[in-house]
Amino acid sequence: MITQSDVRYVARLARLHLDDDEAQRMTGELARILEHVAKIGELDLGSVTPMAHVLDVVNVDRADKPRPGLTREDALRNAPAVADDGFRVPRMSR
Amino acid sequence: MSGLDPLRLTALEAKRLLREGEVSAAELTSLYLRRIAAVEPLVHAYIQVCADDAARYAALIDSEMTASRGALAGLPTAIKDNMVTEGVVSTSGSRILQSYSPVYTATAVRKLFDEHVVMLGKTNLDEFAMGSSTENSAFHATRNPWDVGTVPGGSSGGSAAAVAAGEALWALGSDTGGSIRQPASLCGIVGMKPTYGAVSRYGLVAFASSLDQIGPLTRSVGDAALLLRHISGADPQDSTSVGLPFEVEVPTAERLDGVRVGVPREYLAAGIDDGVRTRFDETLRLLEDLGAGLTEISLPHTEHALAAYYIIAPAEASANLARFDGVRYGYRAAGCDDLVEMYERTRSEGFGAEVKRRIMIGTYALSSGYYDAYYGQAQRVRRLVKDDFDAAFAQLDLIVSPTSPSVAFAVGSRTDDPLAMYMSDLCTIPVNLAGLPAISIPCGLSEGLPVGFQLIGPAFSENALLSAAHALERAIGFAAVPELRGAGQAVAEVTP
Repeated sequence: MITQSDVRYVARLARLHLDDDEAQRMTGELARILEHVAKIGELDLGSVTPMAHVLDVVNVDRADKPRPGLTREDALRNAPAVADDGFRVPRMSR
Repeated sequence: MSGLDPLRLTALEAKRLLREGEVSAAELTSLYLRRIAAVEPLVHAYIQVCADDAARYAALIDSEMTASRGALAGLPTAIKDNMVTEGVVSTSGSRILQSYSPVYTATAVRKLFDEHVVMLGKTNLDEFAMGSSTENSAFHATRNPWDVGTVPGGSSGGSAAAVAAGEALWALGSDTGGSIRQPASLCGIVGMKPTYGAVSRYGLVAFASSLDQIGPLTRSVGDAALLLRHISGADPQDSTSVGLPFEVEVPTAERLDGVRVGVPREYLAAGIDDGVRTRFDETLRLLEDLGAGLTEISLPHTEHALAAYYIIAPAEASANLARFDGVRYGYRAAGCDDLVEMYERTRSEGFGAEVKRRIMIGTYALSSGYYDAYYGQAQRVRRLVKDDFDAAFAQLDLIVSPTSPSVAFAVGSRTDDPLAMYMSDLCTIPVNLAGLPAISIPCGLSEGLPVGFQLIGPAFSENALLSAAHALERAIGFAAVPELRGAGQAVAEVTP
């Protein structure tokens, strides 16, 4: 059974901040959903090969030819904050 | 021009009228823009209506593109807002992309622009296409034009409601677990999910990449064929796109002699409303009248498919949505002096409850110690689901079911119970896991609301699937149009 401390741990992995109410509600909702998906545990899947994708995916090569990409101006167009032609972000350590 | 009814006009008919000069692109666009102005305050199908640009472009088609017109020139089209459009804000129904103005256009949309469609606007959706009611949009809930007290389905509820309400000639949607077919069903129109890989996903904001597919929402099966013809094709920008190995044909079939049709008992086992079941059974009899042979079949892993989907889709979503971090585009929480705090506050303030719920499930299912128990096992179930379909299609041409177990439900009636909302996708989800093409067509009314009939075909059987759907559509003869029930006094003012 998933606990509130599991939920807080997973939220940290997912870079989500949950307040106490959200964490509590999420614990109940996730528990119910996980209980439902646990249904697949009743199947004997030992000999089944996992399928990640429906198509027989093959590696796609293309000619290694230079072509125009996104310009710096376009790449920065939607940036919340820009400095020195780059993305400006807060400092990385507390 | 006079006498054109936006509630009944098909794209094939509009294309003919334009070609023969019976109507101009400007007149046709104006017809839809006026309809939008009249009913949008009740339906809320769009996030953004591009009225001025649409009118200007239509006039340009009339004045300058006489010889060089594309195959779809002047056809007024709505686009689900999770497909990016250069210079036109594309939100995916999320606060985190509220003012995101893309610098490129999704391939499927680009291909329509190349044929000179007129884009009327960007339609509402459940945030990042996660939902079955279009109530999870960060902006507003879309209402079902048959009864504005009910939902249009989702996640392509804006596109479905726009077409049903005569606010667009046709529309594009996306389908990850039923997000085209279910709203088409609830709104009384045609919705088709093509074979996985038929249409490029480049520029479709990714929800679950191994399941997502763009497709048409239209008023007729013929229109769905026409739209699919122009959006399909392999694309160097999407390595999972393979296109279709044939030209999509506008269907003309009238009979289904010798077509072998399977009815999966698991899809009918529980929870189908009586009224839906009645319409479904009547439609089965029409299939027999057309010459098709019916067999009851079993797809034994159907319930497990639903469980596997609710691991696989959130797992892929949690990875895809990691890109929304407040650094390169989209919303950023203000006043953070630390990077991790900025990530967490941006995502917590930018995402809605359903998106957070699915990110949490997906992250949990992929986390160390649980990966094999959840994600690994779900991928094994996915194999079994596909094997079920492969075995069935060794003996059959088509599988049919109700699209949704119920008609449109009341606004707000299922928002407190995410699991119940998930269960209602039982008949559509296995199709995405197996990558198959499927189409929903209206097959009648129950309680005055539309019922959808789903036809599923083997991979890359689009022409056969469209032919069968067309023959059945003719036999059903569904002719009802929505009356904006529940809108009170307003109805009289907006009915054309």
